[in-house]
Amino acid sequence: MGNTKSNRSIALFGSMKQLIIPVAALAVLILFNLIADPSFFRIGIEQNNAGNPVLSGNLISILDYGSELAILAIGMTIVTAATGGQDISIGSAIAIAGAVILRILCGTESAPETMKAPIIVAFLVACVVSMFFGAFNGMLVSVFKIQPMVATLILFTAGRSIAAWINSNRLPIVNEVEFTYFGGNIPGIALPTPFFIAVACVIIIALVLKFTNLGLYTQAVGINAKSSRLNGINPTFIKFLSFVILGLCVAVAGLIKVSRVSSINYSTIAKDIEMDAILAVALGGNALSGGKFSMTASILGAYVIQFLTTTLYKFKVPSNALPAYKAIVVIILVVLSAPVVREKLSSFWKKIRVSKKEAS
Amino acid sequence: MKKKFLGVVLSVAMVASLLAGCGDKKEDKPDDSQTTEAPTDEAEGDATDAPEGDGSAASGEQIYVGIINNNPNESGYRTANDKDLKEKFSEANGYKAEFAYGEKNEEQIASAQTMIQNGVDYLILSAAGTAGWETVLQDAKDNGVKVILFDRTIDAPEDLYEASIVSDMDAEGKTAVDWLATQDLESFKIVHIQGQMGSAAQVGRTGALQSKVDAEDNWEIVVQQTADWDATKAQEIVQSVIDSKQEFNVIYAENDNMADGAVKALDKNGITHGANGDVIIMGFDTNKFALEAVLAGEWNYDGQCNPFQAKYIEEVIQKLEAGETLSEKTIVMQEKGFSHEDITEEDVAEYGY
Repeated sequence: MGNTKSNRSIALFGSMKQLIIPVAALAVLILFNLIADPSFFRIGIEQNNAGNPVLSGNLISILDYGSELAILAIGMTIVTAATGGQDISIGSAIAIAGAVILRILCGTESAPETMKAPIIVAFLVACVVSMFFGAFNGMLVSVFKIQPMVATLILFTAGRSIAAWINSNRLPIVNEVEFTYFGGNIPGIALPTPFFIAVACVIIIALVLKFTNLGLYTQAVGINAKSSRLNGINPTFIKFLSFVILGLCVAVAGLIKVSRVSSINYSTIAKDIEMDAILAVALGGNALSGGKFSMTASILGAYVIQFLTTTLYKFKVPSNALPAYKAIVVIILVVLSAPVVREKLSSFWKKIRVSKKEAS
Repeated sequence: MKKKFLGVVLSVAMVASLLAGCGDKKEDKPDDSQTTEAPTDEAEGDATDAPEGDGSAASGEQIYVGIINNNPNESGYRTANDKDLKEKFSEANGYKAEFAYGEKNEEQIASAQTMIQNGVDYLILSAAGTAGWETVLQDAKDNGVKVILFDRTIDAPEDLYEASIVSDMDAEGKTAVDWLATQDLESFKIVHIQGQMGSAAQVGRTGALQSKVDAEDNWEIVVQQTADWDATKAQEIVQSVIDSKQEFNVIYAENDNMADGAVKALDKNGITHGANGDVIIMGFDTNKFALEAVLAGEWNYDGQCNPFQAKYIEEVIQKLEAGETLSEKTIVMQEKGFSHEDITEEDVAEYGY
């Protein structure tokens, strides 16, 4: 028994083959930066305006700003694996989570002097609301068997208006310093907090995958829902659960996002982040049609995307050209994972091996 | 079965909450038009408006206006704009108003057609897109509906509308750049954070800065990036400028949110800003939080983009009702810039939103 369990966790967290894609992408980016400008990797200690020491540098920024994406990639991986589809509403859902947090903290005022409730309460309410909206998506997908992308299109469209409605169109501002810790630095700790939050999320999901059957069941449902049901797994529940888990990830990401600026803009917060999260899953070498997955690869994929973004900023590439660069990555990924190309590549490798053998 | 039932209940709850949302908004309207509130609102506007408004109400003839605006959630600017219109075109002021919102041209055109059929006297329009309005405006003209554009212009022959009330984005940018030029700096090393590329505000505010930078030797744009009006994205861009150790002493952000995001990045890296700091912070749109930051000396400059357009629209309507002709089709609103040197608490109260 113990043996199978450890095998399973290896399959989920350490399938080395799948890690090749994100690691290779990372290596290319690191190599490019080393050649173009090695100062990219410099890390220094600065004092922030509150007088606390903080680490700064491009690498720190990557860990900082890539965190939301890494957290979302966790949920997106599970949804993808279970349903063979993607949730495109997470940007809007983050707007809702952020709006709920600010609604609880600020009450009905725009910029209150003190917070109306402890941050933890606001965060927990946001978790519940986000999981509810996740459940709504999950219900449409699992019970009503609607295509995930179509089902989540509803919240994608309505989400930002709902978020604005929660605060009756106000754009509340939180004035207390404590609230900035989640998206900034806790005094005395030099690494950005979002990174710690992301690490905590990764540890939690690692434990869940190790000690529960979630990973196994999710893969079984993703590979073949019918046969998994014949084996006593309830595919409807697993699909539903995957969206609820993603909802929780959304709430955490939402907290970081609103904490960064202590405020919210409903129409621009976490805009297009769903596409980056899906790209992170794809970059992790996971099949977007569901089934087997590697969580490590997805999370690494998320940081690779941020690495790419930061690199492009560093070289002053116009930020509205970023999607074009991401598109290039997608094209390479899609082409490489196409069955035709894979077959050609493997036969090509075989030929090389054979010719090498012959030569020796 | 149980789960199916739960599914139905959940989706009904969702739909119900959405409807409740709509309901709230509809209920707002009668609230706004309560007579008890109207006089105080009126006091803010031109003093001369009040008698005129009362006059038309007394004569028993309400002016029927159809107002088509963009989504009020779009930004604080739009929210203030929508609120201002609702307060001005109330029953107490002698108007019967119908409101419609659309983020897309097609939605807005459909609303316009409905309004024309409903027989509005005036169609007041802030178009989502510039193209495709000719047919419906011709319809309006044939039906005797007068069209007034506000906030945004459209590509249509001038005879299809009575007046166009606009912000001059070029002038906003120029006012800001002229102020910056008065600052005593040896060289201007500017981090330029742009709004959504191609929008009128971005084009105007960028244009003014760009021409100054091209003309002067000691003006230089260190980094020019768009943050799509988003604070977090602006924060990330400024962080990357700091990470790559490029020197700068001015942040020219094309709206307040982006300036705010930039300031958060500076704070994090221990770079001082504002009246007594190393970096000059400039923003646009006169959000309340921005004006307060200028007043506190944390920012240096904030340019106005006037959302209070109802006053101008009403002036046009009153003139047309009195049978006067307008001297100009395009009415450019007066817009100010506030710097830490001259801002007062009254300014924050009056212009902030």
